[in-house]
Amino acid sequence: MSRYASDRRAIEALVRPTEVHRDIYIDEEVFELEMKHLFANTWVFVGHESQTPGKGDYITTEIGTQPVIMVRHTDGEIRVLHNRCPHKGTKIAIDRAGNTGKFFRCPYHAWSFKTDGCLLAIPLRKGYKDTGLEESESVKGMAPVGAVKNYRGFVFARLNAEGPDFEDFFGQSLSSIDNMVDRSPEGRLEVAGPPLRYMHRCNWKMLVENQTDTCHPMVAHESSAGTAIELWEQMEKPEGTKKPMAMEVIAPFMSPYEFFENMGIRTWPNGHGHTGVHHSIHSDYSAIPGYFEQMVAAYGEERARAILGENRHNTVYFPNIMIKGPIQQLRLFKPVAANRTLVESYIYRLVGAPDMLLERTAMYNRLINAPTSMVGHDDLEMYERAQEGLHSDGLEWVNVQRLYAPDENFDEIAVENGTTERQMRNQFHAWTKYMTMTMGGDA
Amino acid sequence: MAFPTRDDLIDFVYEEARMLDDGRFDEWLDLWTPDSFYWMPLDYNQQDDRHVTSLLHEDAFMRKLRIERFKGERTFSQKPKTRCHHVLQRPFIDHRDDEKGEYTTHTSFHYVETRLDDQILLAATARHELKLIDGRLKITHKRVDLLNSDAAFGNIQMFL
Repeated sequence: MSRYASDRRAIEALVRPTEVHRDIYIDEEVFELEMKHLFANTWVFVGHESQTPGKGDYITTEIGTQPVIMVRHTDGEIRVLHNRCPHKGTKIAIDRAGNTGKFFRCPYHAWSFKTDGCLLAIPLRKGYKDTGLEESESVKGMAPVGAVKNYRGFVFARLNAEGPDFEDFFGQSLSSIDNMVDRSPEGRLEVAGPPLRYMHRCNWKMLVENQTDTCHPMVAHESSAGTAIELWEQMEKPEGTKKPMAMEVIAPFMSPYEFFENMGIRTWPNGHGHTGVHHSIHSDYSAIPGYFEQMVAAYGEERARAILGENRHNTVYFPNIMIKGPIQQLRLFKPVAANRTLVESYIYRLVGAPDMLLERTAMYNRLINAPTSMVGHDDLEMYERAQEGLHSDGLEWVNVQRLYAPDENFDEIAVENGTTERQMRNQFHAWTKYMTMTMGGDA
Repeated sequence: MAFPTRDDLIDFVYEEARMLDDGRFDEWLDLWTPDSFYWMPLDYNQQDDRHVTSLLHEDAFMRKLRIERFKGERTFSQKPKTRCHHVLQRPFIDHRDDEKGEYTTHTSFHYVETRLDDQILLAATARHELKLIDGRLKITHKRVDLLNSDAAFGNIQMFL
């Protein structure tokens, strides 16, 4: 029995000002509607241009659950195509990255396509003479997605041909990507190695919400960050010994509530937002020798200070990525099923900056985001307990009430106390908007 | 031990795995030299342990932290605790230098980790670099390559 399909009222009823219904996380039909509407109406991150530097270079990935290929076309531009042969449906490529030369060739019947998706050739084509193939969908080749935008190296796509403009959708939130890229003296990032791939048996939105949840680190991560601080204090060491890089990375997770309250949260329209307006857990890292001088040479001192003085913590780009400007990282929360999410954590090299920065970035990724991470272990434990707990009939609603103010207007940019759950409410406001946008009926 | 025999080296590798399976973690920590590293690459044939992501690259402090965390009251992902189980193929002695007291072994193994109703099986290869110090073998470097290191995993909580 369908409870939600094409019923915008039923979808809207799942989100209240201070709470959301559990079906948002556990219902398979809601998940299918998210894939059909939310992930088709929004601009979703696909990849970084440095993953496909040369013509014919491609990666395979998903937008929501839709398999796509991101490829560098012969004109040098990046295209995003549905990864499906228009003949029998075979996936054209299944390796995660490769080079296809000037064209894709389906391994099943050798239909071939230019790297913009156009049909190039069909073997024994005379077999289609007078069959009306020219009027079919198949003859169009591999279908491109609705729209693609390469913003400073970060490639986003919208599956639907019609929908919000890229600039309208992201607005001023693009300042976080700007800051991450500007941290390169050359204004350029390059992906460094493959991503961590971490499977979570929970809904994708739990991960997105956790990115601006500042009341959990000192609780859930006490066992890793708290123990690290204790061990370091107990360790016999000469007076004034410098904290190792790993301690600098992990210790701030134990910062008190006050620290997180004062760091601030900023929300932008359409579900985007970030923690760390005034300072963050990344503010007090040691300076890397030579880096500031390179930045001053590239930008001048005032501008260099402004770029490096911005220490945003987590920036959420709705619906499903988070970036960390100060450590050049992007986490992609790929929905697989209502109760399954694949998290891919990428790191980037600041082109022209000292390697030691990349070393810290790689260390952060390993210590915090790996399936072998002590910090990740406790996060996953919480998500999976929540995914199971939501099936309890003790209560059907999830609370997102912290620092709620009546008449919140999510179309306005706001800066608030760093422990507010306003960003979660902002995401759900955007969720309803983009879920129902293409459902018909009256708004 | 004057110079370790082939059996001494093989026994060392087996004993190390048994310490992990038995939960004798403090003994296990004592097997390592102070500046040693435990490395688990993310990528097949990975050579760089610093400028791309690894699954683990743990110095003495991080290994100690991981072990201490297992013991904590508020270590939620370890309530209940994980157990592990190694099945080792006989280690190869890939390199021996009695003059320097340095030895390298290569060991294929299967590793099982369990918690609650979950159980995972991993196939892996360990490369131990050992050094004879004051008559005792110590680990200066251990590299563990998972056969499927590029696969999507849930939690892997113990040392392999």
